[in-house]
Amino acid sequence: MNKDSLIKYILGIADNSLILGQRLGELTGHGPTLEVDIAMTNISLDLFGQVRSYFQYAAQLSEDDKTEDDFAFLRTEREYVNVLLVEQPNRDFGYTIARQFLFDHFHFLLLNEMQNSKDETLVAIAKKSLKEVSYHRRFSSDWVKRLGDGTEESKRKIQLAINDLWRFTEELFQKTEADLEAIKAGIGVETDKIKGKYLENVSAVLEEATLQKPKLEFFQEGGKKGIHSEHMGYLLSDMQYMQRTYPGMKW
Amino acid sequence: MIEEKVHISEELEPILKQVSDPEIPVLSIIDLGVVRSAEFNNGIAEIKITPTYSGCPAMDVIGDDIKAALLEAGYKAKVDLILSPAWSTDWITEEGRQALEDYGIAAPLEASADKKALLGETQVVKCTNCKSKNTQMVSQFGSTACKALFKCNDCQEPFDYFKCLI
Ligand SMILES: [Zn+2]
Repeated sequence: MNKDSLIKYILGIADNSLILGQRLGELTGHGPTLEVDIAMTNISLDLFGQVRSYFQYAAQLSEDDKTEDDFAFLRTEREYVNVLLVEQPNRDFGYTIARQFLFDHFHFLLLNEMQNSKDETLVAIAKKSLKEVSYHRRFSSDWVKRLGDGTEESKRKIQLAINDLWRFTEELFQKTEADLEAIKAGIGVETDKIKGKYLENVSAVLEEATLQKPKLEFFQEGGKKGIHSEHMGYLLSDMQYMQRTYPGMKW
Repeated sequence: MIEEKVHISEELEPILKQVSDPEIPVLSIIDLGVVRSAEFNNGIAEIKITPTYSGCPAMDVIGDDIKAALLEAGYKAKVDLILSPAWSTDWITEEGRQALEDYGIAAPLEASADKKALLGETQVVKCTNCKSKNTQMVSQFGSTACKALFKCNDCQEPFDYFKCLI
């Protein structure tokens, strides 16, 4: 496949981690307890680490002399191709956990499949990241169970969060043109193949958490095409502030 | 278990042994298992290191420290970060495990025991202070990406446990 499409494919995976990492990073010093605060910022750090590997690879592939920072900080909103799920704000703890839970289960299965890619660099990143994401998935699943099977209040809140975020789950499996090209080249993950397992794994946790799996007919999409929700602009202005104010600045 | 040969030149090893992980100063990078090769190429010492966790902020510092240590010993050095094969806690040497324990960080258990410990199914992580196994996990995520937080139910001391990663 050509380099431009490969870069687009890589960004489709990397942007999810970048934006979710940024959302979790917002909780630094604001977690409900010290342990949870540390856990969520650790997950954020893992995601940023993974993002750096993807962006460094994309920079290496790009014709002009782009760096990893150009991908992270200097694109416009329309150029980010993360799914809508990960840009949703931290409303309350249940909401943050539900968002994490719905993403972690997808992320784990995606990386698991990516280990069979024909692209060596993506295989290396997948193998490395998978070990970390299995901890993320355990953390968020444990909390879904704890909140679901917890007090009346915690159960109500986590159920509301799952209900609200469920509409973004379909987009995880959607394929862009770059995705289709990557799949054809044996590089990309065929998301149809992991969807069944995803629903199965997520349902099993929800059941153990005594929560209801939402029944929805309409799903929301757009992020993968660069059409984001109203929350994205605020997130980017925060994330890009330093590079926009002092272009080219370094620590 | 990942079998992966490490090539470290005898000449360079003692110098690299003096470089440590800035977050775990008692542990040399050789004992941590992050140095995957250290060889001369046209007179330049080429060092390949691999991160413990993707986002490990120590890696940049470790790279700089390696260059500084080698420069001081009179070598020109080049440091590359490689991702494959992915680092595993199995690569921590016996000496390294001992250094961790002495420092107050419980060394990683093998995978199945680790999982049970982190799920709270068994009490197998030994308190680094009083050696009691009557310990419990406080958080799967600890002070750095590679650690979980535990506490001892006997002596009440909190301590870090180096998570298993294979
Ligand atoms: Zn103790």
